[in-house]
Amino acid sequence: MAKSKSAYSDPGKKGKLDTHIIVVWVDNEAGVLARVVGLFSGRGYNIESLAVAEVDPKRGISRITIVTTGTPQVIEQIKLQLGKLVPVHKVADFMRGDKKIIFKEMALLKLVGNTSKRNKALKVCKKFNPVVLDKTQKSVVLQITALRREIDIVMGDLKKFGLVSVSRTGAVAMTRGSEIFK
Amino acid sequence: MSKLYTGAEIVFKCMEDQKVEFIFGYPGGAVLPIYDELKNHDSIKHILARHEQGAGHAAEGYARSCGKPGVVLVTSGPGATNVVTALTDAYMDSIPLVCISGQVPTHLIGTDAFQECDTTGITRPCTKHNWLVKDVKELAKTIHKAFEVATTGRPGPVLVDIPKDIQFQKAKYTNFKKQKKLNGKSNNRFSQKDIDKLIEMMSKAKQPIFYTGGGVINSGPRASEQLRELVSITGFPITSTLQGLGSFPGDDNQFLGMLGMHGTYEANNAMHDCDLMINIGARFDDRITGKIDEFSPKSKKVHIDIDPSSINKNVKVNLPIVGDVSEVISLLIKTIKKHKPNFLKSNKENISKWWEQIGKWRSVNSLNFINSDKTIKPQFAIQRLYELTKNKDTFITTEVGQHQMWAAQHYKFDKPNRWMTSGGLGTMGYGLPAAVGVQIAHPNKLVVDIAGEASVLMTMQEMSTAVQYNLPIKIFILNNEYMGMVRQWQELLHEKNYSESYTAALPDFVKLAEAYGCVGIRAKTPDELDQKIQEMIDVKKPVIFDCLVDKEENCFPMIPSGKPHNQMLLGPNDQKENKITGKGKTLV
Repeated sequence: MAKSKSAYSDPGKKGKLDTHIIVVWVDNEAGVLARVVGLFSGRGYNIESLAVAEVDPKRGISRITIVTTGTPQVIEQIKLQLGKLVPVHKVADFMRGDKKIIFKEMALLKLVGNTSKRNKALKVCKKFNPVVLDKTQKSVVLQITALRREIDIVMGDLKKFGLVSVSRTGAVAMTRGSEIFK
Repeated sequence: MSKLYTGAEIVFKCMEDQKVEFIFGYPGGAVLPIYDELKNHDSIKHILARHEQGAGHAAEGYARSCGKPGVVLVTSGPGATNVVTALTDAYMDSIPLVCISGQVPTHLIGTDAFQECDTTGITRPCTKHNWLVKDVKELAKTIHKAFEVATTGRPGPVLVDIPKDIQFQKAKYTNFKKQKKLNGKSNNRFSQKDIDKLIEMMSKAKQPIFYTGGGVINSGPRASEQLRELVSITGFPITSTLQGLGSFPGDDNQFLGMLGMHGTYEANNAMHDCDLMINIGARFDDRITGKIDEFSPKSKKVHIDIDPSSINKNVKVNLPIVGDVSEVISLLIKTIKKHKPNFLKSNKENISKWWEQIGKWRSVNSLNFINSDKTIKPQFAIQRLYELTKNKDTFITTEVGQHQMWAAQHYKFDKPNRWMTSGGLGTMGYGLPAAVGVQIAHPNKLVVDIAGEASVLMTMQEMSTAVQYNLPIKIFILNNEYMGMVRQWQELLHEKNYSESYTAALPDFVKLAEAYGCVGIRAKTPDELDQKIQEMIDVKKPVIFDCLVDKEENCFPMIPSGKPHNQMLLGPNDQKENKITGKGKTLV
């Protein structure tokens, strides 16, 4: 090993990375998203996707859903560091693949091509609640909701059917059954 | 209808209600309405710094030495950016600061106006929280909230940015009532079960150690008293981080000295070999742990901290206890006394071998150095300073570098809040303005800044502040003409390529002192040192003491980078060192 000239210790062993969905309830005030995102960038955490909107206009509460990857130690740190922010009310955390949780992403897909191509495209999307939002002689705009990796696959499959543009949201999450996030 | 107050008046009403006595600041265009209001509030005194960074560090020194939050007042733009270093320093060392900054009028925000900057954006990562006040009706609430956030839980800096038009606008002021209930961000989540578990671990331990940090100081003077009682009723050895010095008497037999990169041989070896480590208010910083994979491999670890995010961040622990140090120790002592009144006696045999081993490490005498009768050794200078000031209630601040480590090693503190040093951020230029703040809080005490000549030049302008307010601070410069710690690393790790670490054309510090209107003293030889130090202590004015020391002295012991605690480099005086150096040379 090359001799260290650093005043800092060598990095230790890296742990296994997991994907987690972190849900944060915050006061909907100026700069709150910058605080949350700045915490991630400042501490070197990863953001895979982000979805944020106000969910309780009366109390001014926004719900931020962040998909992130990290070692169990890093995920724990993310939750605790988020919890320290003044406008943060509560933080919930779920492993990707948790059976008790529903995750969904929405995608808008624009396809340009003849009727036959477009019909084939609709067939590809059949499993993912396709909604035709706009239709012309040459084009169609579809809305689908699915998991991230499912949308990835659909996008690959649609290439040959004239997919020209994609717009996707970050994932949002909700518990199954009557339970709510603690 | 109740009276309407301007924003500037509200700022002062809030500070009066918060019992603020001193503001450290610097005026400018965007805070003029607040400065205009100053004359109407006799209970609040403004200390004019010479640079906003100096104001910030002075407020830190004030806060650390008296336990109250430091208040800083600066203008927009450069005023705010200059204070960023001090805010970051306070954030890293958990010092409560409330910084009020002026901002350009609301309608000019975002137009790149004169002296405009995105203050809340710039200070977001270096404060616990910050606010831009856009409605004068929110001002009072925001300032009171700012004081609450700064002082509760793990303390830290906050900033309130107030646009100039808000300072002129009027609103009602409702009297402030301090809430007994602390906000949801402060944590006392521990239970009796945790304490019982800890006591069980303590009674089984054969090689226990207390590892204490700045959290004990931040928890208040009572925490230090309780810590002393805890250590005495358990008979366990104790070591402290840089920030924790003073929470336990430095000359007590159970105290192993500071640990970490420049800690003592006995403290670091005890940390490495212990079977139970009880961390009280410290945070497993990288200067403490060394190589994390080999950090204290055999021990069970307990971590008491008020900040849950400090726990399991760097080192996994077996028993986390989230709570205020004082409250945890108090319950711990109570429980020991109730259930194990003979803990000390029954435990003595358990850990007698451990103390024997510690005795062997101690006999290495790792802080030893080869003294000289021709040149002043920096360690000797600190030892003499300690001997000549230990009978006074002396407050010590430092800059950053070798002198800081020598001060931590050789000056023995026996009370909390007497030691102010920049540990987390390592800010050169911290000590002089911090001494200003300490002297403001304790006008009749002896305040000494143990400094290096390179560090002290970074904020030298604050001597002018000291002279203006008759603050008899003593700037004790260990002058080796090098950035000593940089030079040491270059000697050990960069083939003695002393790249840019020598300062040519240093000022004549004695003449500089005179130029500022204070007293300059120079010591060149060990013989004259005592007499000159005494002269410094006796002068009732600010002093710059230019102590010319050995230029190439290194700071030992030292854990080289990437090494665990039990592989220390010792000083040149130790025979064992030759063995380690032989191997160490290829390792470092």
